[in-house]
Amino acid sequence: MKHLVSIADLTRSDAISILDTAAQLDQVTEQGAKKLPTLRGRTVVNLFYEDSTRTRLSFELAAKRLSADVITFSAKGSSVSKGESLKDTALTLQSMGADAVVIRHPASGAAHQMAHTGWISAHIINAGDGTHEHPTQALLDAYTIRRHLAPEGQDFEGLTIGIVGDVLHSRVARSNIALLSSLGAKVIVVGPPTLMPVGIEEWPCEIRYQLDDSLAELDAIMMLRVQQERMSGSFFPSSEEYSREYGLNRSRAARLPEGAIVLHPGPMNRGVEISAEVADSHRSVITEQVANGVKVRMAVLYILIGGDTHG
Amino acid sequence: MASSPGILIQQSLLYGESEVDIRISNERITEIGPHLEHQGEELIAAHDRVSLPAFVDLHTHLREPGREDAETIRTGSMAAALGGFSAVFAMANTAPVADTAGVVEQVFRLGHEAGYVDVFPVGAVTVGLAGERLAEMGAMANSAAHVRVFSDDGNCVSDPLLMRRALEYVKTFGGVIAQHAQEPRLTEGAQMNEGELSGLLGLTGWPAVAEESIIARDILLTSHVQSRLHVCHVSTAGSVELIRWAKSNGIDVTAEVTPHHLLLTEDLIRDYDPVYKVNPPLRTQADVLALRQGLSDGTIDIVATDHAPHPHESKDCEWNYAAFGMLGLETALGAVTLAMKNQSDWDWRTVAERMSITPAHIGQAREHGRPLEVGEIANIVLIDPTAERLIDPHNFASISRNSPYASMSLPTVVTDLIRRGHFIVRGGELCA
Repeated sequence: MKHLVSIADLTRSDAISILDTAAQLDQVTEQGAKKLPTLRGRTVVNLFYEDSTRTRLSFELAAKRLSADVITFSAKGSSVSKGESLKDTALTLQSMGADAVVIRHPASGAAHQMAHTGWISAHIINAGDGTHEHPTQALLDAYTIRRHLAPEGQDFEGLTIGIVGDVLHSRVARSNIALLSSLGAKVIVVGPPTLMPVGIEEWPCEIRYQLDDSLAELDAIMMLRVQQERMSGSFFPSSEEYSREYGLNRSRAARLPEGAIVLHPGPMNRGVEISAEVADSHRSVITEQVANGVKVRMAVLYILIGGDTHG
Repeated sequence: MASSPGILIQQSLLYGESEVDIRISNERITEIGPHLEHQGEELIAAHDRVSLPAFVDLHTHLREPGREDAETIRTGSMAAALGGFSAVFAMANTAPVADTAGVVEQVFRLGHEAGYVDVFPVGAVTVGLAGERLAEMGAMANSAAHVRVFSDDGNCVSDPLLMRRALEYVKTFGGVIAQHAQEPRLTEGAQMNEGELSGLLGLTGWPAVAEESIIARDILLTSHVQSRLHVCHVSTAGSVELIRWAKSNGIDVTAEVTPHHLLLTEDLIRDYDPVYKVNPPLRTQADVLALRQGLSDGTIDIVATDHAPHPHESKDCEWNYAAFGMLGLETALGAVTLAMKNQSDWDWRTVAERMSITPAHIGQAREHGRPLEVGEIANIVLIDPTAERLIDPHNFASISRNSPYASMSLPTVVTDLIRRGHFIVRGGELCA
């Protein structure tokens, strides 16, 4: 495995090996080793064309804990019309000898182009491209679900996981549907039809328009963020109506099975897709997701770059 | 060039059928028959070459004035000639827009000065292509450029009342509105065909219904005001059905399809290479098959290239930021031949109909698209039907390189072009 652009780049065993590696790294860290020497002398570039404090910090921390040199290049607002092109940036990073580039970009496919057009030979890790994919988010979600619901060494057979909200614009949903289903879970996607992509019937998931009917089946429920710009648009009448139909509030949370967990990729709109009460409840694993993000990204960096012969 | 000794084309296959000689003098075909006597003309041995009326492209973007970094009228004319065209219609979306008599006359004049093909400017339907008020179509029609085809191509005349008025107004001088059928609200931010693949790739979809709903509306408007409509670059199976229905009801509608919509599908987009970004977008295999059938049975009247040159940097970037459009002039015949190779009823006479005779008729280019008969103006293309050409855009006459056929091998080679009795292309090379 050279790049991580899309979940489709991973075989099922690749995915499991990332999750296992993350668990091992977690153990090592628990035993007191804050920092490992694995990637000493390697350079990881965080190339962020879009604001994302949490993902950027998570990758930075992951690389630093593996002793890599980390450079963060925030190029928000950059595009062909203003400033340097993606290609020129790639060529620059190539000349500087980057070993891996973590890229977050508002255009779908930008990470794929970085990995496959020959501009740069570094490993490319997709940290979210447009409305396409966000594979490390899916991996950290899977890691979190595994820790709670699937004992080590077992896959997700028998688990039912709900993903609720704006699937149309969500790279998190695309990556999660692909990964969780390939690990054996049954995935149920819930949301208004206006926020479902055309052709989703062909995806490995079940589609429902009513949240209330599905709650009792779910071992885990993932609430997607509703972007501010969708609320004023014509995707649904109002954020109040959205919240009434699809928001996870106390009474809905109470109808989840015993032991079911609540996930959210963050940042949350408290009071819209999730109530503050549920977000802070015992079912919520949302802050745990953040912590697991660092471990999973360490595992990805370790597996992608760690095998390179140095120099 | 006035006192030419004439040309004698020897042993070419007229419409790909019988082997004859063609004598040309004083711009016209003067004799057709087997083994004509050589009377001092320039000889061209065309054994096993197909002779057809030279092609006419009703839909070309020459980019001049305004984007001479992508193409000029001169380089676009050269590309057209190499593709076997004796006439092209240059779309109005230049800068400034071809929405006044002054601009269309300038385009017409530059085409004439370049001297490779006849360049017929298309006039804008609305001022600045803004879709708000009608451009002075009468002035363009009565100008030296004699404009008969009007289009806001690149934009759709989406306002139904404005479209109705435009259809009515061009009846004054027997013009035609060439509509770029794209419902703008249904295609906000659209990047590729809407379907399973757009969902997977996370690219905003351009649904077939955005094309079909405009075509349906325009067919009904055309019928209501008894005018004439031409539909640009039809791309969906549903559009073909609508046009079939319109024709069966006697409504005066014609339609074009591009070589790339006949040959390529959205599957090429999986690697996000913007060379495949085009508007309307590449569709599915089912659409491609319906388009081929429509072109074959005459539901779709013509092939038009929608030749759309773009500088390298407009395509060497993220998909969302890339420009729409692909080159088409120099590869048109090869792409069409490859696309139609398994279509029964597809022969060289049909090629002549779809790529020369009918487009000239729709555009009222009276000297072009004429049958290869004695007395007609000699606009003739010669084609090697068995040769293949490996496409390398760096060898194109076009300034731009955005061809989707790079590294593909396309069948047939245009070897010679004669326009008004003179060689423009000879042995695959432009004549000086």
